[in-house]
Amino acid sequence: MSRIKEKFSELDAKNEKALISYIMAGFPNEKTTLSAVKGLVKGGADIIELGFPFSDPLADGPVIQNASTISLEKGTKIEKFFKLVRKIRKLTDTPLVLMTYTNILYKMGYSKFISEAKKAGIDGFILPDMSIEESKDYLNAAKGKTDTIFLISPNTSIERIKKIANASSGFLYLVAVYGTTGVKSGIKNYTIKAIKETRKQTKGKVPVGVGFGVSTPKDVKRYVSAGADAVIVGSAFLKIIENTPQNKIEQKIGSFTKSLKKETKY
Amino acid sequence: MKYPKSGRFGEFGGKYIPETLVPAVQELEENYLKFKNDKKFKKELDYYLKQYAGRPTPLYYAKNLSEKIGGAKIYLKREDLLHGGAHKINNTLGQALLAKKMNKKRIIAETGAGQHGVATAMACAALGMKAEVYMGYKDTIRQKLNVFRMNMLGSKVHPVKSGSKTLKDAINEAIRDWITNVENTYYLLGSAVGPHPYPVMVRDFQSVIGEEIKSQMKKLNNKTPDSVIACVGGGSNAIGTFYPLVDTNAEIIGVEAAGKGLKSGFHSATLSAGTKGVLHGMMTYLLQDKEGQITETHSISAGLDYPGVGPEHSYLKDQKRVKYHSATDTEVIDAFLLLTRTEGIIPALESAHAIAEAVKVARKHKKSESIVVTLSGRGDKDVEEVQNYLNKNVKD
Repeated sequence: MSRIKEKFSELDAKNEKALISYIMAGFPNEKTTLSAVKGLVKGGADIIELGFPFSDPLADGPVIQNASTISLEKGTKIEKFFKLVRKIRKLTDTPLVLMTYTNILYKMGYSKFISEAKKAGIDGFILPDMSIEESKDYLNAAKGKTDTIFLISPNTSIERIKKIANASSGFLYLVAVYGTTGVKSGIKNYTIKAIKETRKQTKGKVPVGVGFGVSTPKDVKRYVSAGADAVIVGSAFLKIIENTPQNKIEQKIGSFTKSLKKETKY
Repeated sequence: MKYPKSGRFGEFGGKYIPETLVPAVQELEENYLKFKNDKKFKKELDYYLKQYAGRPTPLYYAKNLSEKIGGAKIYLKREDLLHGGAHKINNTLGQALLAKKMNKKRIIAETGAGQHGVATAMACAALGMKAEVYMGYKDTIRQKLNVFRMNMLGSKVHPVKSGSKTLKDAINEAIRDWITNVENTYYLLGSAVGPHPYPVMVRDFQSVIGEEIKSQMKKLNNKTPDSVIACVGGGSNAIGTFYPLVDTNAEIIGVEAAGKGLKSGFHSATLSAGTKGVLHGMMTYLLQDKEGQITETHSISAGLDYPGVGPEHSYLKDQKRVKYHSATDTEVIDAFLLLTRTEGIIPALESAHAIAEAVKVARKHKKSESIVVTLSGRGDKDVEEVQNYLNKNVKD
C-alpha cells in the first residue's frame, strides 16, 4: 500500500480528513524549506506537496509564480532537489507529493525521473498540464512506483470525471475555482456542487482533495463539511514564508498548520 | 497531415493543458470543424479577406534583386501589403469570425512585437467586438506605438511583468486569464502553436498564402515554384505558405533567427538548436536547458523571439520534408537594406530572414528556376530598430 493510501485509511479510522500543504522547494532557500517542513509536520499536516519550480508555470497565480522564479534564481536543480527530499525523509514519514510541470519529467524521461524521485522518497506526482489524453507514457512509468494525482475542475463532465478518477491514485485533485492557484474568490456554490458530484462518481474508490484558493480554517471547515476527503492549502503558506524571518518560520508555519488541521476533525 | 484527429503530427502537438481548459478546447474544436466547411461562414470570411484585408496579395517578380544576384528568379508573396501590414490578419479575421459565431463575448490574445495584437484589435473592431491583449512588459516599451494603436482600436493592453516579460510570458498570462474566465472567453492565439486544434486551425486560416502562390505561379510560369522560403518564429506564415505545397516537388526552406549566432546562446532558432519538450499545451522542439527549464531567446526581430515552434514544423523537420536554416542579425540587416535599395520594398525584420536565405539559394540555382519568398510583413515598425543597429555598429 502506498504511503498516501495508508495515510488516508489511518485518518479514516480516526474520523479525520486530510490536510495537504504545499510549499515551493528552495523558496527562498533550502534551509527555509526544511524549517517550513518541520513546522508543517509539527502542526499536523497529513501530506506535504513539494513544488519543483518551472520557468513557465501557467496554472499558477502570482504567489507561486514568484516563488518559482526565486527558487530558480537561487539555483534549485533536480539533483539538489532530490537531496533535499532525502533530508526531509530523515525527518518524517509524512507522504510527499511532487508538484511540477510535465516538461521537467519529459526532459529527463518519465521513467528515469519517477524512479529517481521514488528513491529519494517521493510518493506521488501532480502535473497540472498533464491531461489524461497525453498521459499514457507517464502512467506506464509510474505504475507500481508512485501515485499519479490528476486534476479535475468544476466544469469537467461526468464522463471525464470517471475516466480521470480511474487513472488517479493517492487522491483526485478537485480544482475549487475557475482560476489559477492562490486566487481568493470566496466559496462558490458550484464548488460545493462539484465536491458532491465528484464523490458520487468516485464512489469512495479514490479520495477527493479540494484545492486552489483555499487559505483559511473557515475554508477548510466548509469544504470538509461539503464532503471533501482532503483540503489543499498552498499560496497561504508561501505568503507566511515571504513575510517571516527565517528563525520564526518553523513556529509560524506550525501554528497556522495547527489552526487548519483542527477543522479537518469532526 | 490534413486534419490530425488525435491532435498529433507524428509525435508532436497534443493537448497538454490544465483540466479547466479541456471543455473550452473541445468546444472550440467542435465549432471549428462545424464552421470550416460551412458555406455561409466561408463566404463571410472570404468577403472580409477580399474587401477588408486586401486579398489576394500580388506575387511580385523582384527583377532588380534577381538580376543583382544573378541566379534564380525571386518572386515575393506580398503579405506586407495586407491591411495592418502583415499576414496576421488572415488568422485574426478567421478566428474573430468564429468567436462571433460561438457567441463569445470576450476576446483575449497575446502579442510579441504587437503585430498580432494590432491585427486582433482590427478584426475585432471590424466585427464589433473588443479584445484584451497580453503583451510582455519589455515589448510594451520596445513597441510603444503598437500599444497606442491597439488602444485606439478599442482594445485593452495588459503589460505582463512575470518571467522574462516577453512573448512566452504573454502567452502564459493569456492562458491564465482563459482558465479564470473560461466560460465566456475566446482565446485568439496568434501563431500555429498551442494545444490542438490551434496549430491546425491557424494553419488552415493562413493556408490562403500557399494556395494563392500555387495558382499565381501556375498562371505566370505554368508550374509550381522550384523553391519556397518563409521565416519561422512560431511559424504561422511559414506553415500557411508550406502546407499547400508539401505535396509538390518544391524545395521548402524555413528560416529561423540565428541572432548573434547559433553558438552564442543568443538566438531563437528552435528547430536548428532545440530539443523536444512540452510548453504551452504542445509537444514540440524547444529551446531549453538540460533540466527542462525554458531558456531566454534573442532575435533582432521581436516576432521571431519565441523559444518554441509550431508542432507541424517539428514534424516536417523530422520527416525531412522541410529544411530549416537560420540567418544571423547581421545577415538580416544586410538583406533588409538590399531589398529596400533594389526594389523599394521595406520588409519586416522577420521577413528579412527569408530574404537573406533567398539570396543564398538564388546564387546556387539556374536563371530558369524560380524561388518564392513569403514577405510576411512590412518593415515600417522596424525602421528605428535598424537605425539603432546601424548607428551602434558604425561606432563599434
